[in-house]
Amino acid sequence: MKLEQISIFLENKPGGLSSVTKALRDANINIRALSLADTSDFGILRLIVNDVAKAKEILNASGFAVGRTNVVAVEVPDKPGGLHSILEALTLEGVNVEYMYAFVERSGENAVIIFRFDSTDSAIRILQEKGFKVLPGEKVYGI
Amino acid sequence: MIYNEEFETLPREALEALQLKRLQQVVSRVYHTVGFYRKSFDKAGVTPDDINSLDDLKRLPFTCKQDLRDNYPFGLFTVPMTNIVRVHASSGTTGKPTVVGYTKRDIETWAELMARAFAAAGLTKNDIIHNAYGYGLFTGGLGAHYGAEKLGASVIPMSGGSTKKQILLLQDFGPTAICCTPSYLLFLAEAGKEMGVDMKSLRLRVGILGAEPWSEKMRAQIEEALDITALDIYGLSEIMGPGVAMECIEGRCGLHVFEDHFIVEVIDPVSGEVLPYGQKGELVFTTITKEAFPLIRYRTKDISRLMPQVCKCGRTFVRMERVSGRSDDMLIIRGVNVFPSQIESVLMDIEGLEPHYQLIVDREGSMDTLEVQVEVSQQVFSDEIRELQKLEKRITKDIKDYLGVTTKVKLVEPKSLQRFEGKAQRVVDKREI
Repeated sequence: MKLEQISIFLENKPGGLSSVTKALRDANINIRALSLADTSDFGILRLIVNDVAKAKEILNASGFAVGRTNVVAVEVPDKPGGLHSILEALTLEGVNVEYMYAFVERSGENAVIIFRFDSTDSAIRILQEKGFKVLPGEKVYGI
Repeated sequence: MIYNEEFETLPREALEALQLKRLQQVVSRVYHTVGFYRKSFDKAGVTPDDINSLDDLKRLPFTCKQDLRDNYPFGLFTVPMTNIVRVHASSGTTGKPTVVGYTKRDIETWAELMARAFAAAGLTKNDIIHNAYGYGLFTGGLGAHYGAEKLGASVIPMSGGSTKKQILLLQDFGPTAICCTPSYLLFLAEAGKEMGVDMKSLRLRVGILGAEPWSEKMRAQIEEALDITALDIYGLSEIMGPGVAMECIEGRCGLHVFEDHFIVEVIDPVSGEVLPYGQKGELVFTTITKEAFPLIRYRTKDISRLMPQVCKCGRTFVRMERVSGRSDDMLIIRGVNVFPSQIESVLMDIEGLEPHYQLIVDREGSMDTLEVQVEVSQQVFSDEIRELQKLEKRITKDIKDYLGVTTKVKLVEPKSLQRFEGKAQRVVDKREI
């Protein structure tokens, strides 16, 4: 039920981000979701794409430092309290969220939240036990 | 293997007697033929007759790069141009180049010294030597070339540049040895890998690397990337070119100075005092056989120390430690002496970092600042900010612990720092003092 995310090291300088998006466009890769974490000097761009292996290969070839990380995608109804119900369940079990970001499905009814946990496997088990809908990778890549 | 058994293994006593005889001859010759030396000896109150032992060498004044500039281009030659068969010149980054000249016999001596260097690297006439030192005014290319021919090896006179062709010839011509700067070899290894070439499967087995300071860590990295033995060669155009000193493959611990042709001293770069064996300081060379352009007590600005212990290879020549920096590369950051090579060795001690870095010196108010830019390698990259910040803190702390200076570490993208084909320029000094 895990999902693969790629992450890219970027310096804070003009054109940094666009060189990544250009490489992805040229390879016809679609970005499903993204987040950018940054400090004063550098940033880490995290992406969910439709073809993880190809994206990593072309970004490596373009000279970027690229990582692959397992994350978890959870679907929640797009309404008040949706995210809170997930976090509440995880807090009770002592699971720590390293970072997260969200996007809304095309239908507009559900939000998809991408989580990076300190312990991915147990987080998935807990979420499934509590009845949350954990999305398989293929589903998210193809959204 | 030893190319010239007779001279390279002379007992110390005989060697020193030979050095003294040759020193007396050269001192007398420059005093009587070159106005510059007559003036500087007279000023120091010393004449050729005062040189009665090797110890008297220290009574002679130093020669430095500025003296060469002042006598540009041929003012320090001791023979008429009709006896000069070749000139070389070093790149003059500031002002005019420094020019050196050779007689026919000088070229022969130099070829022998380079042949000795190749033999010390375990090479014979059966080897193919890929010479990627630049040909031209720079001494590296032709110096190595003549030495390789003298040894009887096959030379590929590749020169520098044309990366793709370098890789192609390394694959197709099957050289067993390569000569270039260490940073350029690392660059070639990287470039070859990117072209999809298995750089470990080349026939190369040894690299004769020099013309810039490097580190043990860089050696390990080169040896790993190419599956070769990397050896250090030392030389500078003013003294001769490459082949002033060479590390032997048996010892791999310091470079044997070809003392039957050069006398080496180590001095305190500030006071000019001669330092005893083992102490670090600036290398000073006196050429004792050169005809066209002898140099007396030439200050190299290269930092090293001398090791007199007998080497297992059998050579009796003293060894100099790998050059660890240049006295003029030395940065003074808030009063602390910092050599770029020290920063490099800290970086190379951190697992996964590449030896690609740049130092930016600046001044905020009256405070010097030193920024260390380091490329993030695939190996050290993490998708978590705090892991990368931890790496920055570790580098800052290690530099502080080792050098006592506080730096700002900045991680930069892979391959974003300039690669160097010649001498690496690691320092950008933006201070306006």
